[in-house]
Amino acid sequence: MLEFKGVFLVMEKILQMKGITKRFGNITANDRIDFELNRGEIHGLLGENGAGKTTLMNILYGLYTPDEGEIYIDDARVDIRSPYDAIRLGISMVHQNFKLIQSHTVVENVALGLKGLSFFYPNRYIEKKIRAFSERYNFRIDPNTPVWQLSAGEKQRVEIIKAFCREARIFILDEPTTMLTPSETKELFRLLKLLKEEGISVILIAHKLDEVMEVCDRVTILRGGKRINTVDIDSIDKDELARMMFGQDIVLEGREEYSVSFDESVVLEVRDLTIFNDKGLPAVKEVSFDIHRGEILGIAGVSGNGQRELIEAITGLRKVVRGSIRILGEDVTNMGAKEILNKRVAHIPEERMRMGIVPSMSLEENIILRSYDKAPFSSGLLLDYSVISEYAKELISKYRISALDEKVPAGTLSGGNIQKLILARELSISPVLIIASHPTQGLDVRSTQQIHELLLRKKEEGCAILLVSEDLQELIDLSDRIAVMFNGTIRGIIDIDRANIEEIGSLMVGV
Amino acid sequence: MLKRYRNLGLSILVILLGIFAIYLVSGVRPDVMLRSIVTSAFGSIYGLSETLTKAIPLMLCGLGLSLSFRSSVWNIGAEGQLLMGAVGATWIVLYVMPNAPKLVLIPIMFLVGAICGGIWALIPAILKVKFNLNEIIVSLMLNYIAIEFVNYLVYGPWKSPYEWGFPYSTKFPTSAQLPRILDTRIHYPTLILALILAIIIYIILYKSKLGYEIRVIGDNIDAARYAGLDIHRIILLVFLLSGGLAGLAGVGEVAGIHHRLRVASGISSGYGYTAVIVAWLGCLDPLLIILVSFLFGGLLVGGDAIQVSLGLPGATINFINSLILIFVLVQGFSNARIPSIRKRKSER
Amino acid sequence: MSFILEILKATIPAGTPLLLGALGEIYTERSGILNLGVEGMMIMGAVSAFGITAITGNVWLGVLVSAIVGGGMALIHAFNSITLKANQTLSGLSLTMLGLGLSGLIGKRYVGVPLLNKLHSLPIYGLKDIPLIGPILFDQDPLVYISYLLTFVFWFFLFNTRFGIELRSVGESPDVADSAGIDVSKIQYLAVFIGGIMAGLGGAYLSVVYAPAWIEGMTAGMGWIVLAITIFSLWRPERAILGSYLFGGIRVLQYKLQPFGISPNLLNMLPFIFTILVLMLASKEISRKRISAPSSLGIPYFREKL
Repeated sequence: MLEFKGVFLVMEKILQMKGITKRFGNITANDRIDFELNRGEIHGLLGENGAGKTTLMNILYGLYTPDEGEIYIDDARVDIRSPYDAIRLGISMVHQNFKLIQSHTVVENVALGLKGLSFFYPNRYIEKKIRAFSERYNFRIDPNTPVWQLSAGEKQRVEIIKAFCREARIFILDEPTTMLTPSETKELFRLLKLLKEEGISVILIAHKLDEVMEVCDRVTILRGGKRINTVDIDSIDKDELARMMFGQDIVLEGREEYSVSFDESVVLEVRDLTIFNDKGLPAVKEVSFDIHRGEILGIAGVSGNGQRELIEAITGLRKVVRGSIRILGEDVTNMGAKEILNKRVAHIPEERMRMGIVPSMSLEENIILRSYDKAPFSSGLLLDYSVISEYAKELISKYRISALDEKVPAGTLSGGNIQKLILARELSISPVLIIASHPTQGLDVRSTQQIHELLLRKKEEGCAILLVSEDLQELIDLSDRIAVMFNGTIRGIIDIDRANIEEIGSLMVGV
Repeated sequence: MLKRYRNLGLSILVILLGIFAIYLVSGVRPDVMLRSIVTSAFGSIYGLSETLTKAIPLMLCGLGLSLSFRSSVWNIGAEGQLLMGAVGATWIVLYVMPNAPKLVLIPIMFLVGAICGGIWALIPAILKVKFNLNEIIVSLMLNYIAIEFVNYLVYGPWKSPYEWGFPYSTKFPTSAQLPRILDTRIHYPTLILALILAIIIYIILYKSKLGYEIRVIGDNIDAARYAGLDIHRIILLVFLLSGGLAGLAGVGEVAGIHHRLRVASGISSGYGYTAVIVAWLGCLDPLLIILVSFLFGGLLVGGDAIQVSLGLPGATINFINSLILIFVLVQGFSNARIPSIRKRKSER
Repeated sequence: MSFILEILKATIPAGTPLLLGALGEIYTERSGILNLGVEGMMIMGAVSAFGITAITGNVWLGVLVSAIVGGGMALIHAFNSITLKANQTLSGLSLTMLGLGLSGLIGKRYVGVPLLNKLHSLPIYGLKDIPLIGPILFDQDPLVYISYLLTFVFWFFLFNTRFGIELRSVGESPDVADSAGIDVSKIQYLAVFIGGIMAGLGGAYLSVVYAPAWIEGMTAGMGWIVLAITIFSLWRPERAILGSYLFGGIRVLQYKLQPFGISPNLLNMLPFIFTILVLMLASKEISRKRISAPSSLGIPYFREKL
C-alpha cells in the first residue's frame, strides 16, 4: 500500500482535457476549458446551471464532439466519438436521471452490454460479482430486485456497480446527491472514498458547496462556459468558492432599482400544497405562498425539486393531493386546464416544443390554441378564419414574430419565434396571472431581452407573475421576491432589495 | 401539392409491379391483365358506371376513416360498421315501417343506418377511453362479429320464405329502393350524399372547431391536454362520425344495389378495408379521397373482370391493393406524425 | 368424462397455431416493434406449407418453407418500421392485406386438393399413460410436441440468456440499450424475423395438420386473436399457453355445440367476443399489477442526435 501511496504523491495524471470548446448556435457552452484529473482523486466540478459542467462531461463521455480541443488519457491522445468509446477507455458516467431499465432487475441492468458474459445464465456471474462488491464495500443490495422498487440511492449504487463491472477507471457522477437523502449521501461519499483508495478517479459534478468541501480533493470551478480556477480543497473556504461560482458581476445591471413593488391584493394564494409526481411520490410538500397584483415571484432552484409539479398543479394539468389554490380569492383546486384558463391564467410551458405548439399546424391556428372556442374566433360550430388571420397578423407585428406569414407551420419557426408566439397567445387573454416556466431557456440574447420586456410590461399592467427559472441572473433582473425551492419545499422567500446572491445560491444548494 | 400527385403517379407504378408478380404466379400476361382491368373499369360507359358504383361506399368509408386517422386513433372497423348500417336499414324497412312513403322512408333509412354504424364504432372507442383497450384489435374483432351477425340474420330469423332457400332477406318494397341513373347501378342519392359529405367533412376539418380539435389531438396530444381539450369526448365523437359514415355506405349497398340483406360477403367486397388504403392514399384529405375512391372503385371492377375473363382469383386485386398501401408507406408520407417525444403511457 | 377428455384433447391442436404465433409476436413486441401483420404472415405460411407439401409430399419440407416465408414477410415489416421508421400500424395492416391477397392468388390451384401425406399423431411411449394429462398432452402429433419445446425455449431464452436481456432492454428503453453498446436495429430485425417464422409455422400447422386443407382466408382472424393473446399473456411466453389453449378450447366448443342446434354463425362469433373479453381482463390485470407493454412498443427509435 505504501508503494501505491508513493504513486499518488507524484500525482499521476490519468486524464487531460485541453482547450475544449463547444458551441451550440450562438451560445458557447464551453470556452477553451482545460481540465486535469489525477489517479485516485475525487475532483469536484463546480458551477451554476448553464456554467458548462454537463457539456464538458458529455464531451468526455462521447455524447458531444467538441468543436476544438484535445483529450488525453494516460498521456495518449484519444478520440471519443460515442459512449461506447468512452466505456472502452474506462470512462463511466452516472447520469442524473439514471440510465437504468426500470422493469429489469439489478443484475439484468448490470449485465446489459457487458463484454465477456456467457450466453446462457449471464446473471449468475454478475450476481456473484455484485455480492462480492457489496461485501467488499459493505452495503446491501438485492441483485434480483426490479429497479423500479429501489430508492434513488440504491439506483445510484446500481449505476456505480455497472461502472465498476465495466472496470472503469474514471467515474463521472452528475449531481449525484440531488435525489438522495442525507444518510444516502453519506453512504455514497463513503463508497467514493473507498473507490478512491483503490486508485479510481471520480469526477463529481456538483453545486452543493458543503458536499464538495466534504468529499473532494480538488475542485474546478466553471462559470459562463469558462474555467475560473482549479484549487485544492484544503486551501479554500466555502465563501470563496461561492464567490468564484456565482461571480461578482451578476447583480445590478439592466435594472434601475432593485425594489419590491406590488399591490397588497393577493392574486394567487397557495396553501399547504402537496403534489405527487408521476411515480406517486410526493414531489411538492406543504408549500404555501402568495403572489400579489403587479408582483413577479421568482422560483429559484435546481430543476427536479418540484417546480414542474407545482406549475402543473396550478395550471390544472396535475391533481393536487392536499392543500388549496385560490385565484383572486376563488378556490380553483383541481380544476381542469380549461377552467383555470378561463380564470385568465396564462401558462408559458417549460417544454415549448412538446406542449406549447402544434408543430404541423399554422402559426395562426397556434395563436388561437387557447381561445379557439371563444368569440370572435368561433361562432357556433365553425371557426372564422378571416378574423383569425387578421388577429394573427396583428399579434405577429405586435410581438415582432418573424415569419413568412401567418399560414406557415409553427414547427418551422425558430425557438425564439416559437416562444414569442406562445407569449403572444398567452398574454393576449389579458391574464391576471402568468405562469412562466423557463421562458428564455435556450434562446438568444435578443429574444431573451424582448421576453423580459414583455413580462415587465405585464407586471406594470398589474399582472401577477410566477417565474420559474434556473437562471439566477434572470430571476434577479425580473423578480420582486425570490422563493427558493429545494426538495419539494420552499426554503425561504427573499425580497429582492435584501437579496444576496450567495444566500440564494446556498439555499438553492440546500446549505 | 406536388407530393400528392407524385404519390398518385407512383402508386400506379406499383400496380404495374404487382401485375408482373401476378404473372410469375399465374402465368397471365401483364399486358393482357392490365388491359382487362383498364378497359373493364374505365373503357366503357358501363365500366365507368360500375366503377362509380363501387366508388360510392369507398368514398363514405374513406371519409369516415380519414377523420379517425387524423386524430391518431385507428378505426379499422369500417367493414363491420358498414354491415351494421345495412342491418339497420333492413330492419327499419322490413320490420318497422314497411309501408311508409318513399320520401319518409329513405331519409329515415339513412339515418338509422348511420346510427347503427356509429354505435358499432362507439364500442371500440368506449373501450379505449374507459379501459385503454387497443382500438385496432377491438374494431377488427367487431368486423368479424358483424359479418357473422349478418350471416346469422339471413340464414336465420330474417331469411325470406320467398327466395327458394337462398340466404336473402325479403326484398325491399319499391318505396325503399334508391333510384338509379338510367339503367346503371349508380344509386345517385348515395353518391350525392357522399359528395355533400365530402364537402361537409372538408369544412369540419378545416373550418370548424371540431376539426381544429381533431387536428390538434392528432398532431400533439400534449398540446391538446395543455390547451384543455376534452380528448375523450372528441375521440368518441370521431368514432361516432366515422362509423356513421360507414353505416351510410351500408345503407347505400342494400337499398341501392341488392334491395335486400344478403350474406356479408355479398354486401361488401371488403370496402371497409380498401377504404383504409383510400384514406391514406388520399392523404386524409376529403376531396382527394373522392378521387382516389374512383381509382379504387375501378380496381375493384377490374378485379371482378379478371376473375371472370382470365380466371384469376378474387384475391388478386386485394394483393394489388396491399402493394399500393405498402408503397404509400415506403413513400414515407404516412409517417409525418412520428412522435418526436414519446407519448405518455396513459392518455388520461 | 370421456366427452370432457375429448374436448381437452382436441383443445391442444386447436390452440397450437395460436401458441406458435403468439410466441413469435411476444418476441417481436418485446423488441419494441408492433407487427399487426400476423394474420398475413400466418396465411402465407399456411398456403406455402400446403403447396410444398402437396407438390413434394414432404410435410416437413412444407413446414420449413412456411417458416422461411413467414420470416420473409416479417422482414418487409422490419424494413418499414426499423429502417424506414414508417408507421408500424399501417405497415402491419398492409402486411395482413398482402398476405391475404397473395395467398389467395397462389392458393387457388390448391383449393379442394387433398393432402396425401399428413402428420400422424405420435403417442409418446410412457408419458401418454400418465393418468388424465397423458392422453391429453402426449397423444398428439409431432408439431404439438415441438410447440411445447418452443414455448420452453422461448421462455428460457427470454429470461436466462444474454440475448433475452438485450431483447427486453431494446423494447423497454432503446436509448439505454444503445448507450450500453447494443445494436438496437439488429436485435429488432432478429426479433421481428423470429416473429414471422413463428407465424409462418402457425399457419403451416393450420393447413397441413389441423385442417388439413387449403381454404382461402382460412386463418379467419386468428392472426388478430394472436395479437390479443400476446397482450393477455403479458408478453410472457409461458402465459401464452394459457391464452392459446383458452381460444383453442373455444374453437373446439364451437364444433361440439353445433349439433345442439345453435346457429353456427352465432357460434363463430364466440372467439371474437372472447377476444374482447380477454383484452378487458388483461387491461384490468395490467393496471392492477402496474405492468405495461414494452415501453417503446410501436415507437420508432431515433438515436438522439446531439
